[in-house]
Amino acid sequence: MTLDTIWVYAEANDGAVASTTQELLTKARDLADTVAAVYAGDGDDVAEELGSFGAETVYATGDLEGALVGVPVASAIAAAIEAGDGPDAILLGTTYDGRDIAARLSVLLDATVITNVVDVEVDGDTLVGTEPIFGGATEIKTKFAGDGTRIVLVRPKSFPAESNGGGEADVEDLDVPDLGTAGGATVTNRHVEESQGPKLDEADLVVAGGRGLGAAESYDLVDQLASRLKGAAGASRAIVDAGWVPYSSQVGQTGKVVKPAVYIAAGISGATQHLVGMKGSKNIIAINKDPEAPIFGIADLGIVGDVHKVIPKLLEALEGR
Amino acid sequence: MKVAVCVKQIPDPADPGALDPETRTLKRDVKLILDESDSYGVEMALQLVDTAGGGDVVLVSMAPNGERSGLSTALAMGAASATLVSDESLVGSDALTTAKILAKVIAEQAPDLVIAGSESSDGYTGTVPEQIAGVLGWPSVTAAKSVEVSGSAMSVQRQTDAGYDDVDCPLPAVISVTAGVVEPRYPSFKGIMAAKSKPVEEKSVADLGFSADQVGWAGSGQEVVDVVDAPVREAGEKIEDDGEAHLKIIDFLESVKAI
Repeated sequence: MTLDTIWVYAEANDGAVASTTQELLTKARDLADTVAAVYAGDGDDVAEELGSFGAETVYATGDLEGALVGVPVASAIAAAIEAGDGPDAILLGTTYDGRDIAARLSVLLDATVITNVVDVEVDGDTLVGTEPIFGGATEIKTKFAGDGTRIVLVRPKSFPAESNGGGEADVEDLDVPDLGTAGGATVTNRHVEESQGPKLDEADLVVAGGRGLGAAESYDLVDQLASRLKGAAGASRAIVDAGWVPYSSQVGQTGKVVKPAVYIAAGISGATQHLVGMKGSKNIIAINKDPEAPIFGIADLGIVGDVHKVIPKLLEALEGR
Repeated sequence: MKVAVCVKQIPDPADPGALDPETRTLKRDVKLILDESDSYGVEMALQLVDTAGGGDVVLVSMAPNGERSGLSTALAMGAASATLVSDESLVGSDALTTAKILAKVIAEQAPDLVIAGSESSDGYTGTVPEQIAGVLGWPSVTAAKSVEVSGSAMSVQRQTDAGYDDVDCPLPAVISVTAGVVEPRYPSFKGIMAAKSKPVEEKSVADLGFSADQVGWAGSGQEVVDVVDAPVREAGEKIEDDGEAHLKIIDFLESVKAI
């Protein structure tokens, strides 16, 4: 069973399609006969890459002149649906913009959103999403009831990204209606925070620190180890909330989903809200003073010890390798 | 200046509880607390009103069972009053229904600004703030890390994957804030005592003009069809650090070709 048409909200950085978008397009090909993409910008910039992942058409809004995308993109999609040109379902990534669009669209269509989905399947003429709760220990399956457009927010890294060798997608205009005051939020300036090494959600190796580090200064151990192992540094919610490291470093339910080959949890107890963001890692090493810490329940190698002793020795032993 | 803050009372995340197999909703027979994510919104609202030279912070919340303990925490921090929509028929409400209910209360309060956490710690749909803005027809800025209000507009720094954006937005508007953006104050003894006499108005679904079949499971566009245990990840070796544990880590990293 497949649906007729699915649209995927496409995101890109400097013309390169985001990995989450590639994952959604790959999955959408299994779920629907026709897959198209919606893009907030110039469709010609991304038509080739989106086409290679199976999008037949790119519906592009053109330049939004700095407007935050939530209101204009949702309004444009809703207008297309009202005109009878809409899809059966829309998949969006659980990203800043994806959430905004899904939420606005749900109000415009008076349709529910199924969120935080890690799997999605067709059931007759509707969709069923799988959502992890309690740190991923339990999964609930939620089905859309009634009619209408299905809006699904999918967590990053839920599906592999595979090209199907498709040709360049057709580009069609997606008209943005008059937005009134609701569309009043406008970006005046963008700031890029320089970070060294691989990006947290793309790195093959992640070293993440938690409350067990004891003080903000000790996060330097995490940074050093990540850098030495050519990985990225992450953090638990506890130390982000405490202001030791920025929100962009956070791994977990709130924060980023990571699936590296190796995840090293340093002084992280393993609260459910953290586990859901990293339990898909291939290999997990945990260092924690508390032998009862839940993180040991999923660690391939658990070290009951003090990060302040283990990591400096580890750094020393890695010296010159 | 009047700021409305949306707050949620949740089971303590340290003891997240379980799903009720009958209703397939979170068991709420445990003591509820103020969602820590919301304490940042309360703090930011208090600071904005302070900077503006006066005004009120009002709380807006929804719960099936009249629970108030989390509201007391936020009132003790300094909020002036609270409206709690409490009704058994709310059990099973989806995020859109939640937003419609909260928006109705907010419209009655007519604030200059609405602040909500980016997502709750328990349900974590992360869509309610933007849905509230949609219902009200107001602009919104999600994932705000700092806010400056001047006259009938605000400047917001909004988190992005790459860093942050400066965003200008007219008021009234809705913002959502991420954790860690401000340091939530601890309620003082005086604050805790004062909170006891602050007004908490309780409203039913009918008071807001909704019928029971528009909310809860009946009004939700989705149904939970299955609850399953996720595949269990087996624990591996666990050792006590005898001073040489770092060598174990090196061996492990070598075995998986990470070094």
